[in-house]
Amino acid sequence: MPDHPAERITVADVAKVARLARLDLPDDELEHLAHQLAGMLEHFADVDALDLADVEPMTQPYPLVNVFRSDVVTPGVDRDEVMAAAPSSEGGRFRVPPIIGLEG
Amino acid sequence: MTVRAADVAAAVRAGTTTATELLEQHLATIAQREPEIHAFNLVMTDHAREAAAAVDAKVAAGIDPGPLAGVTVALKDNMCTRGVPTTCSSKILDGWKPPYDATIVTTLRDAGAVVIGKTNLDEFAMGSSTENSAFGPTRNPHDTSRVPGGSSGGSAASVAAGFAHLALGSDTGGSIRQPAALCGVVGVKPTYGYVSRYGLVAFASSLDQIGPFTNSVADAALLLDVIGGHDERDSTSIPQVHPSLTDAITQGVEGLRVGRITDLPEGADPDVQERLEAAFAALRDAGATIVDVQVPAFTFGLTAYYLIAPAEASSNLARYDGVRYGLRVEAADTNAMYGVTRAAGFGDEVKRRIMLGTYALSAGYYDAYYGKALKVRRLIHDDFERAYQHADVLLTPTSPTVAFPFGDKGDNPFAMYLCDTYTIPTNLAGHPGMSVPFGTGAHALPVGVQVLAGTLQEPVMFRVAAALERAMQ
Repeated sequence: MPDHPAERITVADVAKVARLARLDLPDDELEHLAHQLAGMLEHFADVDALDLADVEPMTQPYPLVNVFRSDVVTPGVDRDEVMAAAPSSEGGRFRVPPIIGLEG
Repeated sequence: MTVRAADVAAAVRAGTTTATELLEQHLATIAQREPEIHAFNLVMTDHAREAAAAVDAKVAAGIDPGPLAGVTVALKDNMCTRGVPTTCSSKILDGWKPPYDATIVTTLRDAGAVVIGKTNLDEFAMGSSTENSAFGPTRNPHDTSRVPGGSSGGSAASVAAGFAHLALGSDTGGSIRQPAALCGVVGVKPTYGYVSRYGLVAFASSLDQIGPFTNSVADAALLLDVIGGHDERDSTSIPQVHPSLTDAITQGVEGLRVGRITDLPEGADPDVQERLEAAFAALRDAGATIVDVQVPAFTFGLTAYYLIAPAEASSNLARYDGVRYGLRVEAADTNAMYGVTRAAGFGDEVKRRIMLGTYALSAGYYDAYYGKALKVRRLIHDDFERAYQHADVLLTPTSPTVAFPFGDKGDNPFAMYLCDTYTIPTNLAGHPGMSVPFGTGAHALPVGVQVLAGTLQEPVMFRVAAALERAMQ
């Protein structure tokens, strides 16, 4: 059997991933996810049969070069319309709870 | 005989019918059957009436409203419509009104089309049955005890139920082609970059592409002719003018090479396999040559996709943080607010994919998972390219089965993912693919045959699709 990290995925690993993904999940959901993620990653062992040593990774299908537009001012989205969609705003700015001084 | 969008537009342009009259017919059909189907998250009755009146006013004033004059179009609810809720069937965007229109919305309006509503989907387009919608599932118009497929299930059902002439969906791993097959309509995933994605809510950016749902191959050609092309607001859109598909389908398939993939993954039901064989026979009768090809890495598509798509999704969906738009659940500090907002706003499948993608990208696992998946993607692309040296198009089943009952896949995510076995590799390669209804299988339910082609080979793909359609008439 190939030594896949999936075989060792623990609830603590999943809890760390949930923190990275900014998902506040209860313990029972973390346990369920540990089980499901391990199950899904098991399928990935299929590709161990392939020789990938000299294969160039493919990140997207179309050979893109940097795209520039001409430096001309064009109308953007309406600021009031954007701010109207915010859960909380003040004076044309997004309002959020405190960002420092509390445990996160 | 199905109504052709081109004929509808011609009648509106000639003044023999009006956009308003056509819209009211569709609204009446919706009033009758939508409670049972639930194709829409929102029927845009007032907006559509205004748009139809504007088309009729143009005709009255002697101004041509455009090639889709008075044609009704349903939009998957992950396409931004200014001032009109765009939810992605997620609680995290419930009530959000975008401050801008997607490019396809502007293009459709400029062509005289009438946008009739926003259709249901699996949350953020993640799923193959439309059961993952926060607003409840869509039902298959052919059998309401079964799913319409997904993720663009609402768009497929809206065309199949006669709620709109045309619909648009998005296809990341089969989300247009699979529901098209299950609902008995035409569905096209064009070449990556063929249609502008400006204003399409991103799921997996290297895979997502917008495409049509229609009652006929000619309608799909017309719609793609209107919405295809370069858009400077989408840096991934291909900077060239595409040849007319409406013109392409006037040609037959004499002399074309249609490939049979001899090492295709098994798993298609016998009734589906039988229709695929009938499709090969029909194309042979129409003058095409059937050739055997191999695409050895095809079978690894599902595995690579379920690392790459969640990885990209985990990054794209980081923007739903309760700060600028959408749901916010209050908490004592911002970091805590992110966590509780996202936990409350996303459904189970979306959370699962964000977790899988975050894991695959995290330090220590990147090379073992994401990096390796990108190499598998290259193999799949190169294997297809080799096959297209011997065949002009490839023919496969679209879905391994006909429409399945609600709850059929249970709590096993991988069972649902297997629905996309035959559609996913095309997205990884960036190639076009389309599903064409080709008769019925078990329970008299529709079966779709998938036509695949190389980069920007839409004209030849459409010629083959049109030949299959003719064989069924």
